[in-house]
Amino acid sequence: MSIKIEHLNYVYSEGTAFEKHALRDVNLELPDGQFIGVIGHTGSGKSTLIQHLNGLLKGTSGAVYYNGRNIYEEGYNKKELRSKVGLVFQYPEYQLFEVDVFSDVCYGPKNLGLPADVTEARAREALRLVGLKEKHWKKSPFELSGGQKRRAAIAGILAMEPDVLVLDEPTAGLDPKGRDDILDQIQRLHDERHITVILVSHSMEDIARYVERIIVMNRGQVMFDDTPREVFDHYRELEQIGLAAPQVTYLMHDLAARGWQADVDATTVEEAAASILKCLGR
Amino acid sequence: MLRDMTLGQYYPANSVIHRLDPRVKLAGTLVFIISLFAFRSAEAYVAATLALVAVIRISKVPPKFMMRGLKSIIMLLMITVVFNLFLIRGTVVVRIWKLTITKEGIETAVFMAIRLIYLIVGSSIMTLTTTPNNLTDGLEKALRPLNKIRVPVHDIAMMMSIALRFIPILMEETDKIMKAQMARGADFESGNLIQRAKNMVPLLVPLFISAFRRANDLAMAMEARGYRGGEGRTKMKPLVYAHRDRMAYLVMLAYLLVMFGANRIGFAARIFGLS
Ligand SMILES: Nc1ncnc2c1ncn2[C@@H]1O[C@H](COP(=O)(O)OP(=O)(O)OP(=O)(O)O)[C@@H](O)[C@H]1O
Ligand SMILES: [Mg+2]
Repeated sequence: MSIKIEHLNYVYSEGTAFEKHALRDVNLELPDGQFIGVIGHTGSGKSTLIQHLNGLLKGTSGAVYYNGRNIYEEGYNKKELRSKVGLVFQYPEYQLFEVDVFSDVCYGPKNLGLPADVTEARAREALRLVGLKEKHWKKSPFELSGGQKRRAAIAGILAMEPDVLVLDEPTAGLDPKGRDDILDQIQRLHDERHITVILVSHSMEDIARYVERIIVMNRGQVMFDDTPREVFDHYRELEQIGLAAPQVTYLMHDLAARGWQADVDATTVEEAAASILKCLGR
Repeated sequence: MLRDMTLGQYYPANSVIHRLDPRVKLAGTLVFIISLFAFRSAEAYVAATLALVAVIRISKVPPKFMMRGLKSIIMLLMITVVFNLFLIRGTVVVRIWKLTITKEGIETAVFMAIRLIYLIVGSSIMTLTTTPNNLTDGLEKALRPLNKIRVPVHDIAMMMSIALRFIPILMEETDKIMKAQMARGADFESGNLIQRAKNMVPLLVPLFISAFRRANDLAMAMEARGYRGGEGRTKMKPLVYAHRDRMAYLVMLAYLLVMFGANRIGFAARIFGLS
């Protein structure tokens, strides 16, 4: 049970002056239950890549397998695929349309043909998961603040109970607390239900803190695909493509350069703190 | 799908046609359209075809792009051809049950089809080689005399350029929202008419809201930068005719003369029974 991508290429507006080769020979295996981070500079093809995972975009060449079956096969049930691979778009709040938040969250499960009581139970659970208070449920989505709208939109996908949850920069434009809240909830979901989570983000701190594997995209190609420690070891190369390692990586390298026994592979603040305390002999 | 719409779709390339003053291109398009309707001999159409092909070649826009605009009128084209083919009386060529096809019918049908196609392709050249902003600039300047009779030319031009500017943005937005709803299991393709109209709601509501939001933001931004209409407003790049623009007007004149001549030859040939 997994997603497998083989020699995937994608070209926007093929054969015109606006032609754009957005993905070049991408090969990936995304086994079940992983928490994966995708990073890359603006325009590196992250959003394009993840839209292939649920068949919204069809590769110009190459193949995508979901649980062993090629999703480009004749007669493959795309609708079912989309219920299994939930995709939360960048700025998902613009997709809200219903009269109230609750009905909007029900839209996804309703489209799956679930009975009304199951739909509503799922919507309630999803809304609780994203931490949206009950007093907001019957409000119009357009009365909510930006962060609340974001939560409602994420709940709309969670209510479909996907096996693979893909989030395209879910925390862009949120305050630090809102960001941590949402990501913590997603981590809990990952731990409890063992779903695969794929998180696209520009924040190295977020990535370092939550994911177990990082895919680095550069100009439509996969540049690195490894654990955070290994990937952030290449922080010089990351800088060259306009990315950076988490702040603590720099701190630890500086300390090591001054003769400390600091753990340069520390990627989170907690790990760094532990290492520094050890150096200080406490 | 939605992106197939050529109108207001600028195709960047480095050609003389692209560099021409938009007023010249407006005039050229007008001349071409008028010539299609004013002259109707076969010879004149040969001349028009040559001119059209030449301009397309010079513009460096792939012909495929020109043809794309035709997709939208394909129904109209078929209806026109079918009606002309079967309804015009004259010398019968083919008879299928009660329907007859006449020589005159075929002639008119072919004629009308060519005319329609040339009309679309001709105006596509203008929109493909001129940025929408440039086009409205040209319109504004060309129509300035109407200001005297209290037509708010500047405001109309501004509205047009904003509308044109928003077409690609809204298409992109539509694409995005459609995908987002499809990720939630929406289905925009199947079902009967009512079902389909209903399924559009999750697309249309966010689209309208986003359009209003954008309009609001734009109005605010314009006001913040001191926009108060056309009064006393100057241009950063005022339109000035260059040498090539004057040459282009000459070419247009030459084209008209050739068309006129070709038309005469056609008539003479017909009158003296030479064709
Ligand atoms: N609908 C489209 N039509 C044409 N080109 C596109 C389209 N969408 C994206 N592109 C191009 O494809 C490339 C990859 O875009 P993509 O949206 O996947 O980047 P991204 O990594 O998600 O960037 P960001 O971090 O800014 O979200 C970009 O160069 C972009 O200009
Ligand atoms: Mg993106």
